[in-house]
Amino acid sequence: MNRTLVVAVAATALCAGLTLLGVMVGSAGLSAGEVLQTLFVGGDPGRHLVVFELRLPRVVAALLVGMSLGLAGALTQAFARNPLATPDILGVTSGAAAGAVAAIVLGGGTYAVGSGLLGIGLPLVAVLGGLLAAALVYGLSWRGGVDGYRLVLVGIGVTASLTGLTGYLLVSADLTQAAAATQWLVGSLSGISWTSVWPVLTALVLVVPLALSQVRALEITQLGDDVAAGLGVAVQRHRMLVILCAVVLAAVAVSASGPLEFVAFVAPQVARRLCGTARPPLLASGLLGGALVLGADLVGRSLLPGSVPVGVLTALVGATSLIWLLTRRPDPARSPA
Amino acid sequence: MTTTVEKDLPALEVRAATLGYDGRVVLRDLDLRIDPGTVTTLVGANGCGKSTLLKAMARLVRPSRGEVLLEGRPIGEVGGRQVARRLAVLPQKPLTPQATTVHDLVSRGRHPHQSLLRPWTREDAEAVATALAATGLTDLADREAARLSGGQLQRAWIALVLAQRTPLLLLDEPTTFLDLTHQLEVLRIVRRANREHGTTVVMVLHDLSLAARFSDRLVVLSDGGVLADGTPWEVLTPATLREGFGLEAAVLPDPGTGAPMVVPLEPED
Amino acid sequence: MSLLLSPTARRRGVAPVLIGPALIGAVVLVVAASLLLGSNPLAPDVVVRALLDRDRDVGAVVWGSRVPRTVLGLVVGACLGAAGAVMQGQTRNPLADPGLFGVSAGASLAVVLGLHVAGVGSVTATALLAMLGALLAATAVFGIAALGRGLASPVPLALAGTAVTALLGAATSYLVLTDETTLAGYRIWVVGSLSGRTLEGLGPVAALAGLGALLAATQVRALDALALGTEVAAGLGQSLLRTRLLGLAAITLLTASAVAVTGPIGFVGLTAPHVARALVGGTHARLLPASAVVGAVVLLACDVVARMLGGLGELSVGVVLSVLGGVVFVAIVRRGRMAEL
Repeated sequence: MNRTLVVAVAATALCAGLTLLGVMVGSAGLSAGEVLQTLFVGGDPGRHLVVFELRLPRVVAALLVGMSLGLAGALTQAFARNPLATPDILGVTSGAAAGAVAAIVLGGGTYAVGSGLLGIGLPLVAVLGGLLAAALVYGLSWRGGVDGYRLVLVGIGVTASLTGLTGYLLVSADLTQAAAATQWLVGSLSGISWTSVWPVLTALVLVVPLALSQVRALEITQLGDDVAAGLGVAVQRHRMLVILCAVVLAAVAVSASGPLEFVAFVAPQVARRLCGTARPPLLASGLLGGALVLGADLVGRSLLPGSVPVGVLTALVGATSLIWLLTRRPDPARSPA
Repeated sequence: MTTTVEKDLPALEVRAATLGYDGRVVLRDLDLRIDPGTVTTLVGANGCGKSTLLKAMARLVRPSRGEVLLEGRPIGEVGGRQVARRLAVLPQKPLTPQATTVHDLVSRGRHPHQSLLRPWTREDAEAVATALAATGLTDLADREAARLSGGQLQRAWIALVLAQRTPLLLLDEPTTFLDLTHQLEVLRIVRRANREHGTTVVMVLHDLSLAARFSDRLVVLSDGGVLADGTPWEVLTPATLREGFGLEAAVLPDPGTGAPMVVPLEPED
Repeated sequence: MSLLLSPTARRRGVAPVLIGPALIGAVVLVVAASLLLGSNPLAPDVVVRALLDRDRDVGAVVWGSRVPRTVLGLVVGACLGAAGAVMQGQTRNPLADPGLFGVSAGASLAVVLGLHVAGVGSVTATALLAMLGALLAATAVFGIAALGRGLASPVPLALAGTAVTALLGAATSYLVLTDETTLAGYRIWVVGSLSGRTLEGLGPVAALAGLGALLAATQVRALDALALGTEVAAGLGQSLLRTRLLGLAAITLLTASAVAVTGPIGFVGLTAPHVARALVGGTHARLLPASAVVGAVVLLACDVVARMLGGLGELSVGVVLSVLGGVVFVAIVRRGRMAEL
């Protein structure tokens, strides 16, 4: 428990530092002092605009999206009892992608706010798509309860169908629309505004307490459904709540930034190893996820020529860290034959 | 039929072996000699290294020090298939494949005798049929293995290693999770293999009384080495049980077989 | 895990004898459909005449596009089905898909690089590039897994495959966004399609596929032993390292060949072995060929459907396979009994 606390505090500090750095960095560089002054005291209107309208939304979005994905990943890996599980398996990402691409392709190709056919925002369509897909997966895998394994299988099937559909839409659209859709699919924070941030923040505020309320049940179900039931856990209800939390967080996050590869997978794994626990700790995973996306966006904006979408960078960081983990010593949390 | 080994060459020999797992050393500088045609059972408290020792003898793990000799030759130097023709091992928790009949499962035991050019011969078929008969599974041969009961499935695994037709048979806890009737069944099959074909058997068992009943020799492992080694009556003494297992027990003769029976005593408050 | 289609389909005695001819019948049926149907349906006697007489207009259509397409569809489906069976046997994981080794991602990146750097767009050149990329990516995956925990357990392989796939995928996405011609070429290739594919210039690909098939055939007994657990397999004299290497080589060659021809097509490698297992059982001597046949039939059937629904626009076999495959997969999952792994 102590180690987890230390990691959580360190991750919080990291996030704060990266947030500050994120606001400082840009085409018009600001010093730390200037930023803090603008944030808390007010300052000249030009700087105010840069900080509050351009940089802060993006940085805050990065932080919140990362936190949501990290948390969603931790929840999914815990209930699936499998380190390879990500919210994608629940169909959220493919559903959101299908929704968003459909909106872009059928709705006229405007990127930031969908128009025409659907008349509602692109992020909203993405959220709906993600939630509907997850509901479909959950519903189709219900047979007197939800078995983790069957859920994964149904998720694979539904994801495949939705991905096929998305591919079809991409091929059928005209090239400009396809380009816009692909842009969204890579995962990017460019052009993000406060309107995209509020939903993510709301989701986090609502979901985190709910998720935390399930922590003890999560611990117990690691021992198996039967043992947990014997200890008084309402397994099906608990599982549904956990899945609901993961799905809402993932759907909202994806709707803001597009699907960000790997955050939901890497953050919990790193958190688990750092804290030395058997199951990924929820808050630490969230905070590390936030740090990951913040860092990735920072690098993409500043260190590299041109602007690299954050989705590319999270994949880069995520994959590299996974490869590094693989070429190290075996994981201590495994039992002997 | 199984071929026997030369009389004075030990079937298996462990020399000065140091063994462990997960970075822990469990057995240090251990010597053990298994004579052909005998039934030896390794016993000991949980974690004493009996499974690890059996695996080392089966070439499944390598000792960090010392060596294991199969019929006089260092086992690491003998090719895998060669070893498998002399030594059959049934580890704990084998995986039962889906959509496979009992007959097909048992046929896997012929693997070391087969090759690309010799996929299936009459000898193979005969070995499988004999093994099925020895384990009483002839009528169940076409049933799907995954649908068998625990006792039947374990017999199928025994049939697999019997079909391998090796002079040496190593069994790692072949009776765990079986009820008493099936435990006796399995051990009787093993004993018959030893009596009728001269198969050398090395087993790991938990139940001391069963081990005593079905073995020629018991080896008690404790605290990094061999605590006691000999016939069941020589080994199963209250002193050994106390030291090796932390168990207060009386040792009484089984009224039917005369083998020693371990009867734990209730602690006096 | 065994996806049981229905309790009645598994009753012993009657089924096994009929399975072989039934599979062959399915192949014949689907080949006939492929030659006859499509956006321009042809009558059977027309097709037969055209098959015998290549030079006339109809003959050109049949020989020029339908026959190559049919042949390729069968071969690609067979490769993917066989690769899937070997993969699931090696990893003992019923969810293993051959694309797990980074093969698809490597092929995609190579194709995109070709488009971006050199404007390479011809079918043959794309195929060769794809093959190269696939092989390189798979080698990287094995290298990473071997460096770390070694190849004994299949888990590091799957993880390495995930990592490499993501890495290469990120690079691909980045390149694809930089210019629209690259995107144009990529988006068509990546959904997986048989349209416009001919048999020309595919010699190297065919050779690799043949080699892969040969290696897979030699794996048959090893996979049976492996299915019993690593320790039992070792006890039966199976050399784990050699089995892994040969198996991975087979999977890579087969999948790379398939991806080279059609682009990445998922799902066949995942589901064909399950269907085959329900039909012929788990012994690999029967499972491997059956899986190949099922894969071939499924792929070609989806291609026929794609062609027939051509009115809906750019419908390719990959799209049909994903959409239909997903639905069928879920249906099987819902109907079947699920034994724990």
